[in-house]
Amino acid sequence: MTTTPIRGLGHPVKRKEDPRFIRGKGTYVDDIKLPGMLFLDIVRSPYAHARIKRIDPSKALAMPGVVDVITGAELEKAGLAWMPTLMSDRQMVLPTDRVVYYAQEVAAVVATDRYTAADAVLAVEVEYEPLTPVLDPFKALEPGAPLVRPDREQKTNHIWHWEAGDKEKTDRIFQEAEVVVSQDLYIPRIHVCSIETCGCVVNYDRATDKLTIWMTSQAPHAHRTVFSLVSGIPEHKIRIISPDIGGGFGGKVPVYPGYVIATYAALKLGKPIKWIEDRSENLQADSFARDYHIHAELAATRDGRIRAMRVHTVADHGAFDAAANPSKFPAGLFSVCTGSYDMEAAHVAVDGVYTNKPPGGVAYRCSFRVTEAVHTIERMVDILADELGMDPAEIRFKNFIRPEQFPYKSPTGWEYDSGNYPATLQKALDAIGYQELRREQAERRARGELMGIGISTFTEIVGAGPSHTFDILGIKMFDSAEIRVHPTGSAIVRIGVQTQGQGHETTFAQIVAEELGLPVENIIVEHGDTDTAPYGLGTYASRSTPTAGAATAVAARKIREKARLIAAHLLEVSPDDLEWRDYAFRVKGAPDRFKTMQEIAFAAYTNFPQGLEGGLEAVCYYDPPNLTFPFGAYVCVVDIDRGTGQVKIREFLAVDDCGTIINPMIVEGQIHGGLTMGMAPALFEEIVYDENGTMLTGTFMDYLLPTAMETPHWKTDKTVTPSPHHPLGAKGVGESPTIGAPPAIVNAVVDALSHLGVRHIDIPITPAKLYQILVEKGVAE
Amino acid sequence: MIPGPFSYRKAASLEEAIALLQQYGGEAKVLSGGQSLIPMMKFRLAEPAVIVDINRIPGLDAIEERNGILAIGGLVREVALERSPLIRQRYPIIADTAEVVADPLVRNLATIGGNLAHGDPANDHPATMLALRAEVVARGPGGERVIPIDDFFVDTFTTALAPDEILTEIRIPAPPPRSGGAYMKFERKVGDYAVAAAAAFLVLDEAGKIARAGIGLTNVYYKPIRAEAAENALVGQVPSDGLFRTAAELAAQATDPTTDLRGPAEYKRAVARTMTLRALKAALSRAQVA
Ligand SMILES: Cc1cc2nc3c(=O)[nH]c(=O)nc-3n(C[C@H](O)[C@H](O)[C@H](O)COP(=O)(O)OP(=O)(O)OC[C@H]3O[C@@H](n4cnc5c(N)ncnc54)[C@H](O)[C@@H]3O)c2cc1C
Repeated sequence: MTTTPIRGLGHPVKRKEDPRFIRGKGTYVDDIKLPGMLFLDIVRSPYAHARIKRIDPSKALAMPGVVDVITGAELEKAGLAWMPTLMSDRQMVLPTDRVVYYAQEVAAVVATDRYTAADAVLAVEVEYEPLTPVLDPFKALEPGAPLVRPDREQKTNHIWHWEAGDKEKTDRIFQEAEVVVSQDLYIPRIHVCSIETCGCVVNYDRATDKLTIWMTSQAPHAHRTVFSLVSGIPEHKIRIISPDIGGGFGGKVPVYPGYVIATYAALKLGKPIKWIEDRSENLQADSFARDYHIHAELAATRDGRIRAMRVHTVADHGAFDAAANPSKFPAGLFSVCTGSYDMEAAHVAVDGVYTNKPPGGVAYRCSFRVTEAVHTIERMVDILADELGMDPAEIRFKNFIRPEQFPYKSPTGWEYDSGNYPATLQKALDAIGYQELRREQAERRARGELMGIGISTFTEIVGAGPSHTFDILGIKMFDSAEIRVHPTGSAIVRIGVQTQGQGHETTFAQIVAEELGLPVENIIVEHGDTDTAPYGLGTYASRSTPTAGAATAVAARKIREKARLIAAHLLEVSPDDLEWRDYAFRVKGAPDRFKTMQEIAFAAYTNFPQGLEGGLEAVCYYDPPNLTFPFGAYVCVVDIDRGTGQVKIREFLAVDDCGTIINPMIVEGQIHGGLTMGMAPALFEEIVYDENGTMLTGTFMDYLLPTAMETPHWKTDKTVTPSPHHPLGAKGVGESPTIGAPPAIVNAVVDALSHLGVRHIDIPITPAKLYQILVEKGVAE
Repeated sequence: MIPGPFSYRKAASLEEAIALLQQYGGEAKVLSGGQSLIPMMKFRLAEPAVIVDINRIPGLDAIEERNGILAIGGLVREVALERSPLIRQRYPIIADTAEVVADPLVRNLATIGGNLAHGDPANDHPATMLALRAEVVARGPGGERVIPIDDFFVDTFTTALAPDEILTEIRIPAPPPRSGGAYMKFERKVGDYAVAAAAAFLVLDEAGKIARAGIGLTNVYYKPIRAEAAENALVGQVPSDGLFRTAAELAAQATDPTTDLRGPAEYKRAVARTMTLRALKAALSRAQVA
């Protein structure tokens, strides 16, 4: 029997991927260097809206080292001036006649080195005729507004209207309600800002006709299919390799024009092409997130029982709808905005609008617009509490979906799998000393000091998704795993999802270790290469564990069933006489007679029963029966500096429930990172445009990413309510803190000022914005 | 973020560096820590044809007291200021300042000479040097000259240095008894330039009255400024909360900030007031124990 510990579920196994990252031995796209490689750089528009009158590449082409200048006119001949977005819109690869957002791709330069390419970009002469941009989505909807997309049949900036819930019933409740509160909330544009920018290396082998693309992709298989459909190259002749990825967060799900241009250039020139964005290009032109203008209302009884919710949102998608939502959900899973509360009815409507801003609407660590949903409900509940003079904790306890109501059918049609909201909130309140904090707050207020306590009790919705409802461009959102156990008892696992820091190489190995009783260090996890990994939809929206994690467990169980037959053969008993216990097949009633998986694996290649195939491997394409619904209770305590308007987070406690935990250390790491990423838009981050549509936040001097210095000491804790339908009981976790933290922080800041009549502040709550409020309320120092 | 073409010259001595600067005239730029120059080149806001690297020139990195002055070499890095026991004990206002410049990566390279020579009103050392009444030593083809700090900052990104002059040393009067200074900066996040910041330096007489006062302000005017009216209001007075508030208000009135992503001008003025007040209080408590 093996003496090496298995370290399956629940063990804080150190991340297998870290030794290479810590030593600087990761391989990112920019580390790929091929002989004869050329470099591509992109000419970008200085205007948010302009007609292109002329592009003259002659000066650039005359520079030594410049190989080619590619324009939209040339791509048009190849049928590649436009490409489909994942939202079934279309997007310019390179423009033929007009640009529709600042920093849009205008032309591309190919040169023998990166420096020459950058110089040549400046030498391409482009003559523009500026047009009036439309930047405000409300103005974009007015008659006579400049048309962002004259290429479309519909001559309007309105993209789509989408709704969920029961409008009639909701309206009826609102009409008769004792109390109604309403609020406009704006969730600004923000950017995913992964530390590795986007890019690719494309190599077309003319001898084999094979196109290999190393690409910063969160979804390499889906991208291969899209590339094949767009280019007409047979899918087996395209190989996409997504190597180590320096952060994705949703920003590496879309296909960017640069990928397509680089591929075109590689095919045309027969040389490998490298294209890597710089930081400003990444900030200025890659898919953004959020930009939701929300009008929300709650109807309630006078004693604080929420009866209904009504939400109308205007979603600014920029010039192309290049979000990466499941096809049936143009507003993502925003309709989960009734949150953790039981109510009679809800109605949610969203209108998508074009403006002269960069395209997108990607999920930025928010599992498809859930950040927006949670921010809305968690703010609205506090606003209702304020209206009724109730404590924010009390109103939550009063309205929570009760544990016995699960599985709970929400008024907008979701079926929450499991939860125990009161227990989680109670744990958080007890741990932080809620009553004591309220006493302290009263004392401080009496002294003129501003201290606030904020609560957020969010429900996430992750693990897209069941094939009956979820697809991207028609491809169902299952995910996959393939496991091969080698003769000596080690194994390789290949998965359809693609890690960007989540620790898949460790957690997926732990799942297999647990299911097969093989030590975790003997299991290697591979992903990201479309020639070897099974087809999957990729990693985003906290879907890997709910989908590919389940696939891995199911595939391992298939292997175990075969192993049972081999064990029975080795032990000369009937398979029914065996039970799987303590990581081995044991004879029932005689547990000392057993075979370990290592012994069985050897037999699978050397001594298997007649009639059984040799080898020990299995594949599973897992179609989840439902989504999973992680949840949590966060409490934040802030102090406000009356002399500067600065918010100081004194304490922050996050109690998360993500069901069964595979690796507690990785979960804690995900929560720590996620909390900082949740604090960022609450207090710091915002993409800002001037009145011409020029982006003002195109560097990290202006786009404020918090660092360790701004990050408070996060306290974390957990409750465990397994998912009833996931094979391991696991849910997702990566995005819970990102969606849960912002309202906890905002609620705390508003709470600090509630006695002065402040009810809502839009994020980011910058010192300048807050100071202005302090001045208005007469409490600035 | 790729700089335009340039050529690179490494100078082994001040004479060689000055000769190179003379040779290339306005086309050349001195390279010290490179933490302001290189970002500007990467954004192509600066496109010098020649870079004259002075980092290998010996003798420009000393921090020492001599003849009643503190002399800081032009190439002294922020990290050296932060860690110097002499600075920490005798000139805590300079340690305050160095500590809030950028982030540790930048501070490992950035120099105090570059910080002043860049002429950026957003940089932190100018305000402190104004409050301390420092002098700047410059070497050029005609030899050495000493420039009082009040004459040094001419305009945004423009100082009294000629294109062929090199800042070699900063001189600061040694602190008299009962003196203390402090630098208070408000930034949106670490590594950010100040929304507003204030340097305050106070000398008390034996009776505890303010004998001398220096107040410098960061990033609230087209160049680094000294808040003269505020200083004058303090001199001869017994320090008190009310007095400091008056001085802080006068300092705020001396500002003329621009509205930008750090906030509206009015807000920056308010922060300048808050920072001046806090710097004065901190300076006083240091003076009272010195
Ligand atoms: C991310 C970031 C954040 C920053 N934040 C801050 C901050 O908060 N506060 C702050 O004060 N600074 C900040 N800085 C600027 C940093 O401190 C600068 O590096 C410093 O101001 C200039 O010093 P340097 O040695 O790097 O000069 P360089 O960049 O080498 O030179 C700057 C300019 O001064 C000239 N010059 C340099 N040395 C001399 C000399 N001896 N004689 C004549 N001319 C010379 C150069 O020709 C050039 O024009 C930041 C920089 C970065 C990159």
